[in-house]
Amino acid sequence: MAKPKTFDTRRQAGFTAIAAFCFIVLYLPIVLMVIFSFNSGLALTSWEGFSLSWYVTAWHNEVVQAATIRSVIIATVATVVSTLVAVLAALVMGRGKPFRGRSAMFALINQPLMVPEIVTAVSLLVVFAWVKTTTGYSGLGYLILAHSAFCIPFAFMPVRARLQGMDQTLEQAAADLYASSWQTFRRVTFPLLWPGVLAGAMLAFVTSLDDVVITEFVKSAGQDTLPTYMLGQMRRNLTPETNAIATVLLVFSVVLVVAFFFVSRENHAKAQL
Amino acid sequence: MAATQPNTDLVAANRRETRNRWLLLLPAIVILLAAAIGPLIVVVLYSFLVAGDYGGVVWHFSWDGWLGVFTTSDPFDGTLSLADAHISILWRSVKLSALTTLFCLILGFPTAYFIATRPVSQRDGWMLLITIPFWTNLLIRTFAIMGLIRNEGLVNGFLEWLGIIDQPIQMMFTDFAILLGMVYVYLPLMVLPLYASMERLNFSLIEAAYDLYATPFRVLRRVIIPAVKPGVVAGSILVFVPSLGAYVIPRILGGGTQLMLGNLIELQFGQARNWPLGAALSLTLLVMVTAALIVYVRASANEGE
Amino acid sequence: MKHLIASVAAVCLLAGPAFADGNLNIYNWGNYTPPDMIKKFEEKYNVKVTVTDYDSNDTALAKVEAGGHGFDIVVPAGIYVPIWIEKGLLLEARPDQMENFKNVDAKWANPNFDPGRHYTVPWQWGTVGVSVNRDVYKGDINTSSILFNPPDELKGKINIVPEMNDVMALAVHYVGGETCTNDMTVLKKVRDLLVAAKPNWVSMDYGTVEQLAQGDIAAGMNWNGSSFRSRLINPKLEYGFPQEGFPIFMDNAAILADAANVDNAKLFLNFIMDPENAAMISAYARYGNGIAGSDKFMPEDMKTAPEVNIPPELAKAGFAIETCSPDVMKIYTRIWTDLQK
Repeated sequence: MAKPKTFDTRRQAGFTAIAAFCFIVLYLPIVLMVIFSFNSGLALTSWEGFSLSWYVTAWHNEVVQAATIRSVIIATVATVVSTLVAVLAALVMGRGKPFRGRSAMFALINQPLMVPEIVTAVSLLVVFAWVKTTTGYSGLGYLILAHSAFCIPFAFMPVRARLQGMDQTLEQAAADLYASSWQTFRRVTFPLLWPGVLAGAMLAFVTSLDDVVITEFVKSAGQDTLPTYMLGQMRRNLTPETNAIATVLLVFSVVLVVAFFFVSRENHAKAQL
Repeated sequence: MAATQPNTDLVAANRRETRNRWLLLLPAIVILLAAAIGPLIVVVLYSFLVAGDYGGVVWHFSWDGWLGVFTTSDPFDGTLSLADAHISILWRSVKLSALTTLFCLILGFPTAYFIATRPVSQRDGWMLLITIPFWTNLLIRTFAIMGLIRNEGLVNGFLEWLGIIDQPIQMMFTDFAILLGMVYVYLPLMVLPLYASMERLNFSLIEAAYDLYATPFRVLRRVIIPAVKPGVVAGSILVFVPSLGAYVIPRILGGGTQLMLGNLIELQFGQARNWPLGAALSLTLLVMVTAALIVYVRASANEGE
Repeated sequence: MKHLIASVAAVCLLAGPAFADGNLNIYNWGNYTPPDMIKKFEEKYNVKVTVTDYDSNDTALAKVEAGGHGFDIVVPAGIYVPIWIEKGLLLEARPDQMENFKNVDAKWANPNFDPGRHYTVPWQWGTVGVSVNRDVYKGDINTSSILFNPPDELKGKINIVPEMNDVMALAVHYVGGETCTNDMTVLKKVRDLLVAAKPNWVSMDYGTVEQLAQGDIAAGMNWNGSSFRSRLINPKLEYGFPQEGFPIFMDNAAILADAANVDNAKLFLNFIMDPENAAMISAYARYGNGIAGSDKFMPEDMKTAPEVNIPPELAKAGFAIETCSPDVMKIYTRIWTDLQK
């Protein structure tokens, strides 16, 4: 080596500085938003002392309570539905021989990722409005259906990835020992698949919980979720109460994502064994 | 005859397999047809209808919706001309999305490189730091940006405190605000694929280049960038596509004067009550997004050769 | 797990309005419905009220027209009421035969948009004018030129509430035209005026109480009650009545033709014609209400507020905003599209 040992061949001038800048920029606005949720005053940007009063206000706000419960109900049902559906689809798509219509099926499953949300939103608005008038039913079912649909690709991806990395000899062995296909699935495939299912469900849950555009267009009377409620507040009532609600939602998402991170790391470690 | 027996068994087994396969796929197909593909087809239909006087549609075939996307008739002399209002919004959408992609690349490339050159044990941790904002509610992140750039916001407050300015700089409700918001929100989407391709970078190539007395910049240009090009393309698409369809960010940060395509579409289904035009605009957006995706598929196919 | 799923499913089913007995769904302008009055109504009649916000007359009309909205009560502006009636979206609830109708101010009892009040009851009335932050601009503010030919201090700091008919009415009168004129030279002037003025506007948005108060914008076209509320937060904000002509509007509560809770909705219409309850609306949203005798229940600051009491020398500039013909509306819409650039 002609170069002295201290020369780091991987180094590019300024890259570390830009990276540091990025990390700061990614977190600074969120951190400031969280800080101001503890502001005792009304202002969003001038600090008037520490207080939990906005959390108390939000906690006692009946509209916020109702929106939170609604968000959780929708996200839970949509997660269960989309995960179930995605696992079934992944069992077919994740491995095995290619079949006619396979790539069309991939396109179908990934469609919610490719079509802009606003386009999906207005198309659902048009169709659901018609269905609502025809059937007379205008409950949460529409939101749940819409959420289930756009959560499918998020639940699908980790399951499929898990299936592709899975050793098939175990299932083969089970079949050789005359296990029925259901037994094989329950005793062998599913336990191996479980971490992927869990990861997919988490992604689906966060995706549903965060949705604002599609919900805003599909919701009927009194069906605000936490994000659509916040959207309204953001445009009208700017108080630190919005910061407080945002912070709670933020903490929840972060906990789920970090959990997802460890679940999938576990996956990874096991797959390498 | 005996010879064909196993053959029919095989056919039956195949048939059973096919049937089971589609049975497993059925729930996904039903849900996606009902709440994803099906409604899109209805939108295509609506784009060829006539708008009602005060909203809704009249069931007559018409090109009005599509004509309205690009042309407009002057209310005073009736002449047909290009719809410069729509075209300027279309142009703003493309321009801001392209700029967002560019800035995300400028910021995201070094960041991904930085992470890829950390020791293996640290990399996941750094990536988690990129992933957390990505999974944080879009609305919350837009709101956080708003807190920074308002006239009474933290940036103006800080600059005034430093004595650099005595009048707040107007940042809210400008193209700059939308651009800033989109770069902030979509940056992780650039870093993720870039990192994925940089992680596989063969660093011995770089060492070889230095042995041949290449400058760091030449190494970057001739070795690193060509090697991670798939990541660059993927990241650019992942940023460009959602930027093009952005709705929440321009709605909150654009203040109603700086519309993007997403807001124009909403307007037709709300205030303007022109559903056929809204449907045609939605499909225009969809075509643009699809075109971008096709470019991407082509680019990555070429890469594979 | 099974229990969880079962209970979630049960909640979902119950959440649908099909089981809603004792519910009322109100669809109203944002920041317009007083929570304390709603609470009072809920307690008095043992009804669960849900309020959903909208931004503009057109949005409300679009949403209800699309169908499956689930609302019982809507509060359109007077000029939109004929459209709602014509499209068959409102229930002929005959509020004029209700017990509290006697309280409706004679001035508002028989409006053009709903002769004899067969469909609607007064919610609030107000004016369209300008709000200005006096720290930024100190000149005369009783003029629409604040919006259409703004002084240098205000350029780039103006918000226009994008309620098309209000903006058009202001602009038509500013260039010297008549309400709902179909005179093309006037309308052309209006278009040129607005297109030239737009670069001076920083935003076109609804719900600017906080934005004005916190300094995000320094001036704007505004409704008087909204301006009043901004002043309560930031005393530097003043409201001007344009001498070139300013529209006077009234928003009215009505029952939707496909309402699920008609009985409760009727109770509500009657309820808001009670002077004490009408006063609660005014005390919250800060507009006049059209119910005689509500004054004595109003907060003291309502009686003296410059936003609510039109100065006598400017009173003649006020005009009732009207529903224009579909032809004129078409031109308005076209002019409006030019403002989206």
